[in-house]
Amino acid sequence: MKIRAFVKQLSFVSWVGIGFLVVHVVMALAAPWIAPYSPTAIDATQAMHPPSLLHWGGTDRYGRDIFSRVIYGGQIALVISLTSAALAVVGGGLIGVYVAYIGGFIDDVIMRLIDALISIPSVLLLLVIVTAFGSGNGVIIAAMVVSYLPGVVRVVRATALEYVPRDFIQAARIRGEKTIHIVRDELWPNILDVVFVQFAMNASWIVLAVSGLSFLGFGVNPPTPDWGLMVNENRAMLLLAPWGILYPMGAVATLVIALNLVSDAIAKALGLDRSRGVPV
Amino acid sequence: MVWYVVQRCIGALMTLFIVAAVIFAATELLPGDVATALLGRDATPKRLAQVRAQLRLDRPVSERYWAWFGGFVQGDWGYSLARPNQAIIPLVGERLLNTMWLAFIAASVGIPIAIMLGVIAGLYRDHVPDVVISVIALVGMSLPEFVIGSLLMLVFGVMWAILPAITIVPPNASFGQLLPSMILPAWTLMIVMVAYILRMVRSSMIDVLQSEYVQMAYLKGMSRQMVIWRYAIPTALLPSINAIALTVAWLIGGVVVVETVFNFPGIGRLMTAAVGDRDLPLVQALGLVGAAFYIGVNLVADIATLWLTPRLRTQYW
Repeated sequence: MKIRAFVKQLSFVSWVGIGFLVVHVVMALAAPWIAPYSPTAIDATQAMHPPSLLHWGGTDRYGRDIFSRVIYGGQIALVISLTSAALAVVGGGLIGVYVAYIGGFIDDVIMRLIDALISIPSVLLLLVIVTAFGSGNGVIIAAMVVSYLPGVVRVVRATALEYVPRDFIQAARIRGEKTIHIVRDELWPNILDVVFVQFAMNASWIVLAVSGLSFLGFGVNPPTPDWGLMVNENRAMLLLAPWGILYPMGAVATLVIALNLVSDAIAKALGLDRSRGVPV
Repeated sequence: MVWYVVQRCIGALMTLFIVAAVIFAATELLPGDVATALLGRDATPKRLAQVRAQLRLDRPVSERYWAWFGGFVQGDWGYSLARPNQAIIPLVGERLLNTMWLAFIAASVGIPIAIMLGVIAGLYRDHVPDVVISVIALVGMSLPEFVIGSLLMLVFGVMWAILPAITIVPPNASFGQLLPSMILPAWTLMIVMVAYILRMVRSSMIDVLQSEYVQMAYLKGMSRQMVIWRYAIPTALLPSINAIALTVAWLIGGVVVVETVFNFPGIGRLMTAAVGDRDLPLVQALGLVGAAFYIGVNLVADIATLWLTPRLRTQYW
């Protein structure tokens, strides 16, 4: 679908989503210029100030500026989530197309393994991986990819199976094209639609999962500014300093709403139904 | 039908077997071995040998896997590492019951509400009721569970203080003692569940309303009420069974965060505690319990769909 045609048919709600997403991306990219303070600077004399002109989001119990931490937190959320989502979707997409095309024994074996991975609820799988390998950004990205890739494989394989029996694939096979060529140049372009929608959906689930993991205390390590971690740290002062959790909560919520609206918009434009997805 | 059910059950057991292998393999991929990873800085040679013997790390991999999985099936889940002399089964059993109650309350209230809202949204597609319901669903699926939970806790537990904000009764408390503490966590789980199920019901309702046999029923002169109740809703709900199963299975992961927020003594809270202690045998057992729950719920949903779809039912007799 042409970009211009896509832009033309966007509804008002979709524009709201795109707007929020752009704001988030810009804030994350421009964090060093926007944030008034260092996200990790401790100032005991300024602890637990309510929002004011000096500290737009107030401060936490160490006197760290909440507004600056929320802005820098966006970098963590976006980099980790988008990297994991991209790896999961491209990896899962290629595996899905490949097994759909070759079929047979390898298809059976890989799909058995995929079914098993899907059967472990993602939160539990993430926690098993974190227990075994410890936390840290690399482990979190790897854990996200392992947890969300199987769902992509299943969806992409199902879509690719509709194309495999078509004449143009048979023709390519008879021409003697190599498997890698058929997968990359004949099948992959046809399932790109599905891949885009999967990317947007998985990105929104992964943002939720990353913040959830940090909230539980098993995500990024303190004092890194992360939204889930901030909620976890400031939860004890729920009554005295509610701004400490309200700002990071608002940030996660708007980012995920934006990603959901954008994936709805892409799915609708491509005529796909995405209401069936549940991040198990 | 019977043959099909037997086939599906065997398939489910096979999947569980592979899941166990995957969970088990995670510990084998560790650099060094589990004992080194577990002990970290406390790794004196004596302690290492002790833990290795305790985990039977001196035996070959295949033998350990069979012993572990065989024990799991036979009801010997081994012992917790961080809680000395604490067998895993009674530990998990007690908490599992509490979580099951929580999930049962959330599901039994949430599913009917979700179906009702989904049907209404589908009937009034793109009109005010649909827009309102869809926006609520979008917000419900976009807020992390810890955000919904913390907000409910802030409003009902702290500001108005009409419900217990966190659970203070012990894990083995009776159902009556636990009930007040279950309301807010169950509510949190319900909001997320309702959002996902209602979107699914809405889209299948829209599909059915556009189908030819619904048009036909209208053309025959049947009343709108009759068409909706007799033709549209039952058909629209069939594909929803799988979505409901998926969402119920999601519950088992969702409880991890929700129980931690409310300090509810279920398997989710046990899971985070076990991860914090790096109590690997307990984490593995809980992972397997979660997967078994997921596989079981999906199996039931598949069989229910088969049973309720006349075309499939007769085909597989």
